[in-house]
Amino acid sequence: MPKTQVSMKVNGKPVEALVEPRRLLIHFLREDLSLTGAHIGCETTHCGTCTVDLDGKSVKSCTVFAVQAEGADIRTIEGMAAADGTLHALQEGFREMHGLQCGFCTPGMILRAYRLLQENKSPTEEEIRFGISGNLCRCTGYQNIVKAIQFAAAKLNGVPFQEAAE
Amino acid sequence: MSQVAPGGPPAGVPGRMPVIPGSFAYHRPKSVTEAVALLADLGEDARPLAGGHSLIPMMKLRLATPEHLVDLAGIRDLKGIRADGGDVVIGAMTTQHEIGASELLAAKIPLLGEASLVIADPQVRYVGTLGGNVANGDPGNDMPAIMLCLGATYHVVGKAGERRIPAREFYRGAYVTALKPGEVLTAVRIPGPPAGHGSAYEKLKRKIGDYATAAAAVLLTMSGGRVATCSIGLTNVAETPLWAEAAAKILNGSSLDPATVKRAVAAAEAITSPASDARGPAHYRTKMAGVMLARALARARQRAA
Repeated sequence: MPKTQVSMKVNGKPVEALVEPRRLLIHFLREDLSLTGAHIGCETTHCGTCTVDLDGKSVKSCTVFAVQAEGADIRTIEGMAAADGTLHALQEGFREMHGLQCGFCTPGMILRAYRLLQENKSPTEEEIRFGISGNLCRCTGYQNIVKAIQFAAAKLNGVPFQEAAE
Repeated sequence: MSQVAPGGPPAGVPGRMPVIPGSFAYHRPKSVTEAVALLADLGEDARPLAGGHSLIPMMKLRLATPEHLVDLAGIRDLKGIRADGGDVVIGAMTTQHEIGASELLAAKIPLLGEASLVIADPQVRYVGTLGGNVANGDPGNDMPAIMLCLGATYHVVGKAGERRIPAREFYRGAYVTALKPGEVLTAVRIPGPPAGHGSAYEKLKRKIGDYATAAAAVLLTMSGGRVATCSIGLTNVAETPLWAEAAAKILNGSSLDPATVKRAVAAAEAITSPASDARGPAHYRTKMAGVMLARALARARQRAA
């Protein structure tokens, strides 16, 4: 099959490449761009560990062809920290609140939480749980992931984080 | 939303599902006319691509092996939600997320936003489209039964021009619809329900992202404490979505008293023919369709003026 020219922005940098139309976005990111932060989990649109931000939407990059991302603005976990290495509030939240154990789901969780907080600056616990319902974690039981997102929301809103009583 | 193929791994690949789609050529037309011409020229080996969240998983499993994909994403006319007289017209490429966020729909047809939120998960809703959901013919999809309930009409464009197909005549079997090869569903037209109507969508599912074990959509109006009009759609309890006309007729004129609701539920259960699968045996899924209907009726009644 003839390859197709694609151009998009990934973590603020313009990217151009020739890709086979059947190349999935997750493979394009990981193998062609060496951005291995987004993980491959179930490959069947369930687990969410391949989640990236694409034109203001959280998408499962295992279920998007790279050619569909023509002209898109994409953000992956590699684009979350500042250039000087300062962590994004979400990354800090996951570290401070122990929001990860094995860490496999974390890039997808953080990218999904990033979009959630863009759309809802002060989500309730229930809204957070519903918002990350397309991301599976098999270690934490989600408690500390929710806290991590609450921590980040508080930090981004400039208010002190108060852990809810258990 | 993807599902693991019921048949297990294909021969020659022990224990492993292929997850890389077959090769295809990619086309990105700018207009419906261009898309329809492409589909006509390319023939049976071409498929339109909307959000792709049913088609791409099918392609990974090699249950679909199109040689050409005609991506509808670049066609601006297929986007958006607008009022047109008493109707609401939703472009086929409008996503479930956009349906859930629409103020126009929240005001005029709240059933749609409510239903969109029980479809798949947040990521899938950002990409999955209304057009794909209703045109695919998958009995597990939620929007088709809702369209039967609402009396929607589908706008379909082929090389010969546009035709309009009532949703209630669209579904012929699992993945079999009234769409002819080369035709593209471009919009869904929904008559605005009367002010003061009540509606509800009740979906039983095992987890977020699952298809319905059974689900029921209800739209009704009340007058003097009695049902003036009623329409019912059922999801995933037959090879097609079901419009439960007889059940709705039983309810007309009633006060939704328990005895009448029981008769209507029985009439709705009688038209189901679900498969036994991981969601439960057929008789259980039929009973759950009845339970969902009773709950949806109660909630729609509460919401009706």
